[in-house]
Amino acid sequence: MSKRIEADDVSAWFGAFKAVEGVSLTIEPKQVTALIGPSGCGKSTFIRTLNRMHEVTPGARMEGSVTLDDEDIYGPGVDATTVRRTIGMVFQRPNPFPTMSIRDNVAAGLRLNGVRKRATLDEVVERSLRGAGLWDEVKDRLGKAGAGLSGGQQQRLCIARAIAVEPEVLLMDEPCSALDPVSTLIIEDLISELKDRYTVVIVTHNMQQAARVSDVTAFFNLAGAGEPGRLVEVGDTPTIFTKPQDERTEAYITGRFG
Amino acid sequence: MTAIDTSLAARASSFDRRRLTNSVATVLIGLCIVLALIPLGLVLTYTISKGSRAIGVGFLSHSMRNVTPLSGAGGAYHSIIGTVEQVLIASVISVPLGLMVAIYLVEYGRGRLAATVRFFVDVMTGVPSIVAGLFIYAFWVIGLHKGFSGLAAGLALSVLMLPVVIRSSEEMLKLVPDELREASLALAVPRWKTILRVVLPTASAGLTTGVMLAVGRVTGETAPLLLTAFGFDSIHTDPLRGPQSGLPLFVFAQARSSFQVAIDRAWAGALTLIAIVLVLTVIARVLAGRNRLAA
Repeated sequence: MSKRIEADDVSAWFGAFKAVEGVSLTIEPKQVTALIGPSGCGKSTFIRTLNRMHEVTPGARMEGSVTLDDEDIYGPGVDATTVRRTIGMVFQRPNPFPTMSIRDNVAAGLRLNGVRKRATLDEVVERSLRGAGLWDEVKDRLGKAGAGLSGGQQQRLCIARAIAVEPEVLLMDEPCSALDPVSTLIIEDLISELKDRYTVVIVTHNMQQAARVSDVTAFFNLAGAGEPGRLVEVGDTPTIFTKPQDERTEAYITGRFG
Repeated sequence: MTAIDTSLAARASSFDRRRLTNSVATVLIGLCIVLALIPLGLVLTYTISKGSRAIGVGFLSHSMRNVTPLSGAGGAYHSIIGTVEQVLIASVISVPLGLMVAIYLVEYGRGRLAATVRFFVDVMTGVPSIVAGLFIYAFWVIGLHKGFSGLAAGLALSVLMLPVVIRSSEEMLKLVPDELREASLALAVPRWKTILRVVLPTASAGLTTGVMLAVGRVTGETAPLLLTAFGFDSIHTDPLRGPQSGLPLFVFAQARSSFQVAIDRAWAGALTLIAIVLVLTVIARVLAGRNRLAA
């Protein structure tokens, strides 16, 4: 159910501005890989090249290759929607569809792709909400608006929505940055469970969070304002946080900048 | 450096001043609301009081065929039919076309083509209504030898309606957060389906309001009808050929008469016009409201 992602020499631009330069990174299945680094270091941009969401932004382009179990996701004849079906994404701010009920939000990926059978949908909705640890809280109000939930619940609803289409990989772009500490803890516990089934990549500003939830940590940095972000160092999370190889990593994790 | 007086007494006096400012501002804003509502109230009450004299079942079910100048009989039935048909034709043309142009501008439009389209939409918004009528008159009525008809009126109205629909729909679609588009795309939903099933439903209430404003605007247009529908005093249901009446034309024709019975009919026609727009707006609001979910 989970696959390996290999990014090779990935660079990304917004118009003339180069946001990411030469990132090569292997993301192993059934692990949580955390991308950390200061603001503007390109970690969010990089994660968006992994499921072809980067190209959605007008004027954005990328170079380099990204493979999913040796299949090039930018290869000729590979459709961006097929890639996104395999590699799901959770965003920084909870973004449930405001016109849809809780049930329809979770089933959106299937319903909007033509699945109609009520029994199938109901089963997927329950399984996904259980998977996101939200079932018990919402099972009696599945017909109510998703936007009526609390911020933390909305984010778990978005996670349920993402896993409802059964992806192999789950990308999370700062999933807790808009949430309170209790909701954050719930989501972090959830991430630890999700890695049994999915390859998880999480972008975070919060170093403690990376230390808590991830198996592998990649540190991104930029040389200065207007410079592209680069991958500085990647390694097992305990190693990165105790014996980093690069002095910039050490400076960042000990709080000397960022 | 001058020291700032931080004593409690000084703070209390500045607090009093702020409270005073707040009260003055509140009263001013309230006054502005009342001022803005006065014309609306006057137009409504005046039209209702004047219009109620002639309005009735007879007025709503009879045309002006064979009505002698001094007779209080006769009504606007033929004009109601004409207005409904003409506005319907204009809407059938302008609403889908306008929505699609707005979707293009917001979801796909980049670069020179989009800028050009936007520019011409702005130019069209400023076209005086008589010019729209003149255009259809020269192009359709005379140029293509189609003659006066309800269809010609519908075409002229659609020229006026189209830019209003495009502009308001564009603004409403822009209000839909990009996060929702991204969420949908990230669920492997193709772009066209994202627009159809996520963007449009999210914007539906605003889109409906915009369309209704456009309908309301063209329903009361008189000048373009003069050159296209021309006006007629009998019931004529076929909008494809032959002169047809319309409520604005009816009001115009009746109000020019020197007889009190005709003046009364003009007011009744105006009241009917307001009622039609009001009913359409309420229906549209109810339809759009059904898309909303209880929290």
